[in-house]
Amino acid sequence: MVALNAGITQELKIDLATSSIRELNAELHAPTARRYEVHNPRGAEAIAVGLRDEIDVEIHGPAGYYCAGMNMHADIVVHGNVGTGVAENMMSGSVRVRGDASQSAGATAHGGLLVIEGSASMRCGISMKGVDIVVGGNVGPMSAFMAQAGRLVVCGDAGEGLGDSIYEARLYVRGSVASLGSDCVEKQMRDEHVAELTELLAAAGMDHDVSQFRRFGSARRLYHFAAHNSAAY
Amino acid sequence: MTDPTQAGLRESATFDRATIAGIQRAAETGVYDIRGWGAKRAVPHFDDLLLLGASMSRYPLEGYRERCDTDVVLGDRHARNPLHLDIPVTIAGMSFGALSAQAKEALGRGATEVGTSTTTGDGGMTPEERGQSKNLVYQYLPSRYGMNPDDLRSADAIEIVLGQGAKPGGGGMLLGQKISDRVAGMRTLPAGIDQRSACRHPDWTGPDDLTIKILELREITDWQKPIYIKVGATRTYYDVKLAVAAGADVVVVDGMQGGTAATQEVFIEHVGIPTLAAIPQAVQALAELGLHRKVQLIVSGGIRTGADVAKAMALGADAVAIGTAALIALGDNHPRYADEYAKIGSAPGYYDDYQDGRDPAGITTQDPELSARLDPVEGGRRVANYLRVLTLEAQTLARACGKAHLRNLEPEDLVALTIEAAAMARVPLAGTSWIPGQGF
Repeated sequence: MVALNAGITQELKIDLATSSIRELNAELHAPTARRYEVHNPRGAEAIAVGLRDEIDVEIHGPAGYYCAGMNMHADIVVHGNVGTGVAENMMSGSVRVRGDASQSAGATAHGGLLVIEGSASMRCGISMKGVDIVVGGNVGPMSAFMAQAGRLVVCGDAGEGLGDSIYEARLYVRGSVASLGSDCVEKQMRDEHVAELTELLAAAGMDHDVSQFRRFGSARRLYHFAAHNSAAY
Repeated sequence: MTDPTQAGLRESATFDRATIAGIQRAAETGVYDIRGWGAKRAVPHFDDLLLLGASMSRYPLEGYRERCDTDVVLGDRHARNPLHLDIPVTIAGMSFGALSAQAKEALGRGATEVGTSTTTGDGGMTPEERGQSKNLVYQYLPSRYGMNPDDLRSADAIEIVLGQGAKPGGGGMLLGQKISDRVAGMRTLPAGIDQRSACRHPDWTGPDDLTIKILELREITDWQKPIYIKVGATRTYYDVKLAVAAGADVVVVDGMQGGTAATQEVFIEHVGIPTLAAIPQAVQALAELGLHRKVQLIVSGGIRTGADVAKAMALGADAVAIGTAALIALGDNHPRYADEYAKIGSAPGYYDDYQDGRDPAGITTQDPELSARLDPVEGGRRVANYLRVLTLEAQTLARACGKAHLRNLEPEDLVALTIEAAAMARVPLAGTSWIPGQGF
């Protein structure tokens, strides 16, 4: 670890070519600085997981599975692509990916903001529980599967089975939707939805005409077991 | 008619009364039957094994004078802070939602009183449970309901649930009548809906991914917490090998008699293998890896008595877990509720409708009036008493076999009463040296 301007801006630089993931996370769990730069991540797994302090972490390069997993309060930026489960189960704070994300981005996340400037693979926002996710490009199949709460904004296209078995999450898609999953339907864009979408795009730093987006959500037809729904299960 | 058989009537073995009632119910409702409890069919079980007490060829311990220790360390393979329990009988995972908050608190109180652990369930950790449980295992389930990194860090161990014995390959289920505002809030779901949990984890598939998931959990908790992997008993030999390869500190194997709060009857009765058949497979897998007793094995599914505890440990388990039996200790199926069971179409000894939230004993319900019937302090006392009896019984049997510690019980101390049990447990048929499947 190398202190950058120590004592002035409280910045630390951690080089994963010479430091281990354990050393990195141990430092981030009991931070001695306010801002961190992580270099040479080289696709390593579990980078910057379980953070709980209001710190800034910039990761310069590609990160592997579960980068920024279970984040609370921290603001994390990845200057590169990320592997499976970025920001999984995030509670608060923010995670920004300047590249693309693999499967299950933002899975089960309860809060905070996840921005993926590129595209996200399948199961983006699976079982999301309150997080806001904004994807600059496309999302893969089965995104927002069993999504319980929160908002997913897709500025590109959505793959097959969008929002399958969705609960109360709200989905906004600017491009095409290959198909909708069980119990997911297109819904009217009312004023409050235009307002929240405008807010989400602004928070993500993305400039799009909100009138180009469509809204999707739950038809709430599968909320109770019924014999006539057997084909939907 | 008093007894139809006295009149010469003959009941079908294929279409018995329960089967007929099932067909009639299906025709009436158009929906499969959902219930709680575990498999009710007869399967080879610990009752089909006997312990060989000492005589001339073995030396017993004095029943009331010589020590027979019972403690167990769980999770010392990788974790900095393994659990050290006073007794090898733990409380299995059961959710707040499936159980009332009072029941969860009572289980915590009882377990803590005798120095063992209790376990959360599909629905997160309640303050009542954390507050009353000295050793609390936090389940990490596919649904991730209420999953919170602060709770993860406050837990004493983490149990990654791949499945349970009542429904290997199936997800959780909680019907709308039990989704109160509090339960709904913890699960981030609308109140009153029928909740279906996923059966697969959302962010990993397969043992290679699980290895990375375990790394993440260890990193988040700074390598302090033991990590268990729980599987429903099916292809146990392979599942245990893969769990160990993925990095588990402890493997939990739940046989088909293991309970559930709500699952399809057809699933409970027709999927999975008996606990008795699973243990030797698990032990074989661990032994072949050179990790038996190093990666601990917890066995659950039909543990009722100290004899079951002793026999499971003799087969190679390091500890056992109880669920249904703990609920019975709390008051489930008690005769004092006979009239109320009758009103909901059941009876003491038969009640298994944990899914519908009308439990007269106040255990498997979220109804405020029913839940209030269970005093957590008194419930905790009953659970503690029961756990003590299980331990005393197991010690009694172990001493008779000449063992100064429960873990010293071994397969050599066992024989089987039936060929089926001998084959599954891999111990000789009583009075013979024959273990079916291991030569002639």
